[in-house]
Amino acid sequence: MKRMLAAARELVALFVDDGSLAIAVLAWVAIATLAFPVLPIDSGWLAVALFAGLALILTKNLLRAARSRTRR
Amino acid sequence: MIDWAHAGPSVLAAFLASLVEFVEALTVVLAVGAIRGWRPALAGAGLALATLAILVIALGPALARIPLATVQLVVGTLLLLFGLRWLRKAILRAAGIIPLHDETAAYAAEADLLSHSPRRFLAGWDTVAVSASFKIVMLEGIEVVFIVIAIGAVSGLLVPAGLGAGAALLVVIALGIALHRPLARIPENTLKFLVGVLLSAFGAFWVGEGAGLDWPGADWSILALIAGFLAVALTMVALCRVRSIDLERLT
Repeated sequence: MKRMLAAARELVALFVDDGSLAIAVLAWVAIATLAFPVLPIDSGWLAVALFAGLALILTKNLLRAARSRTRR
Repeated sequence: MIDWAHAGPSVLAAFLASLVEFVEALTVVLAVGAIRGWRPALAGAGLALATLAILVIALGPALARIPLATVQLVVGTLLLLFGLRWLRKAILRAAGIIPLHDETAAYAAEADLLSHSPRRFLAGWDTVAVSASFKIVMLEGIEVVFIVIAIGAVSGLLVPAGLGAGAALLVVIALGIALHRPLARIPENTLKFLVGVLLSAFGAFWVGEGAGLDWPGADWSILALIAGFLAVALTMVALCRVRSIDLERLT
């Protein structure tokens, strides 16, 4: 059981390093999947918005990480 | 007919990502070989490579049976999580906020651990050495398998992506045999930075496709996404570096 839990933990660690980044990405993907198709906006612009949201999530996360790690 | 808008970045991403992973695995296999002998080191690595090959053969075609939009969405999301995780770490390392990975230090730590571990034999095999070699090749190899399947299977480019990963394995094995020491001079963070950009671009593209969005320029938008993530990443390295210097001055 312990070995299986350790293996599961290592598998999750492949994709999740910083929990807040993972949650933000998953939330944005959920919005893009569920809400974007029903919006009355050109699909091409929504695709661009998907990228812009991801870039913003990464930027905010990095700035927060830079601030907190430098203060330590 | 190969679609090079997909195939070029796919093969490159598989090659570079696999190169990084195999370099990390080589460090531990070399330590096992030098401290506990080459027989268990190579047996553990070989066993892990065989297991990984079976995984690729089993999982790759299985994905073809799931509806394409679902695969694109799930694999795209996993690629995004994986790629952005690598990119985030590579940016923080490039900005000097977290230390760079040091293969020489990793080799020394593993060699020290192995030289202090007891020798347990089973049917003439040093089980500690075999399992250390097996575990590292499996751990790093699982990431390679995920990348090859994720970027290969969704776009029907499993063979080119697999060839990219195979080429990386051959390069690392050849360098390992020739040098007999950790490949500390390979610019690992630069490679991780580039792979993070490529995987994030593929992830965003497939999430969009899976969500039913029409990318401007269709498949060619992958190249625009690569350029977009690269521009964001390079800007963030400079910004994080400045922010880190500013905060150090204030404190």
